[in-house]
Amino acid sequence: MTRVTPSASPATEMFSRIVTSGLIAGAAAGLIAALLQLWFVQPVLLHAELYESGQLTHFGAETVSAHQDLGPFEWSRNMLSVLFTMMVYAGYGLMLVALMAVTEVQGNTVSARQGLLWGLAGFVTMQLAPAFGLAPEVPGVAAADVQLRAIWWLGTAVATGLALWLIVFGKGWAAWGAAIILIIAPHLIGAPQPDSYAGPVPPELAAEFAGRSLGVGAMAWTLLGLLSGWLWQREAQGAPVPQAA
Amino acid sequence: MTAKTMTTSSAAGARSVLLPAIAAFAIGFGLIFVSGLVQAETLHDAAHDTRHAVGFPCH
Repeated sequence: MTRVTPSASPATEMFSRIVTSGLIAGAAAGLIAALLQLWFVQPVLLHAELYESGQLTHFGAETVSAHQDLGPFEWSRNMLSVLFTMMVYAGYGLMLVALMAVTEVQGNTVSARQGLLWGLAGFVTMQLAPAFGLAPEVPGVAAADVQLRAIWWLGTAVATGLALWLIVFGKGWAAWGAAIILIIAPHLIGAPQPDSYAGPVPPELAAEFAGRSLGVGAMAWTLLGLLSGWLWQREAQGAPVPQAA
Repeated sequence: MTAKTMTTSSAAGARSVLLPAIAAFAIGFGLIFVSGLVQAETLHDAAHDTRHAVGFPCH
């Protein structure tokens, strides 16, 4: 029995191209990000939790060793982290490739090399700019209300992303001026800060955590951009010719 | 004439890209919102380490 598959509409085809490239790039970058996190970030997090839970006391009566037994590898906890990190990066991948697709209508050609720049812009948008006001928090640090921080965080990401878009694709000083305002405004408004510094975690751990979180983010985002650009280009080249099984 | 043809085809191109791009972007944002920002307790506990590691506001 032969069935003739009706050819998909251009919009459907475009949607599946975006989703395929975005999800594959996101899942791959997310897996690498998760492994880097488990190796470089998780030990700092577990160490900080010893202070958060009160098992260790910073500046207590006794000097506390900086080398602590962090317990055995927790499979279910860490596999959930891998799953969620892959979900986060799959989300980033879909958004990144969707934006790449939009620029192609305006004559921009996305390549793996250009993807690297997209990835760096994504890192600045989703991690570096929000971190300028709200540094990646280790568990147990003092912080303002989580809803307020989430709103500021999201607003900063949106404003920064829009600003970078205007710098790259905008034309003229009106667009660039707006971009400068969008980039700086969230930081002039200021992120919600705690009323007092009552966090029990040593500043050395908090600093190490923030540095590593940003470092892993930079690695994973550049990889995400590179893969997204490369896969998108491949999909674009293969697009006009229907795949024969 | 040529200019008009180009405008029409690029408008059609824009239509066939814009809608799917918005849909994919929205799904991507949904994934990030669920795994990063929703404060429901079970979700928060499961995604806890990831949220801290990627710099989302947590707790």
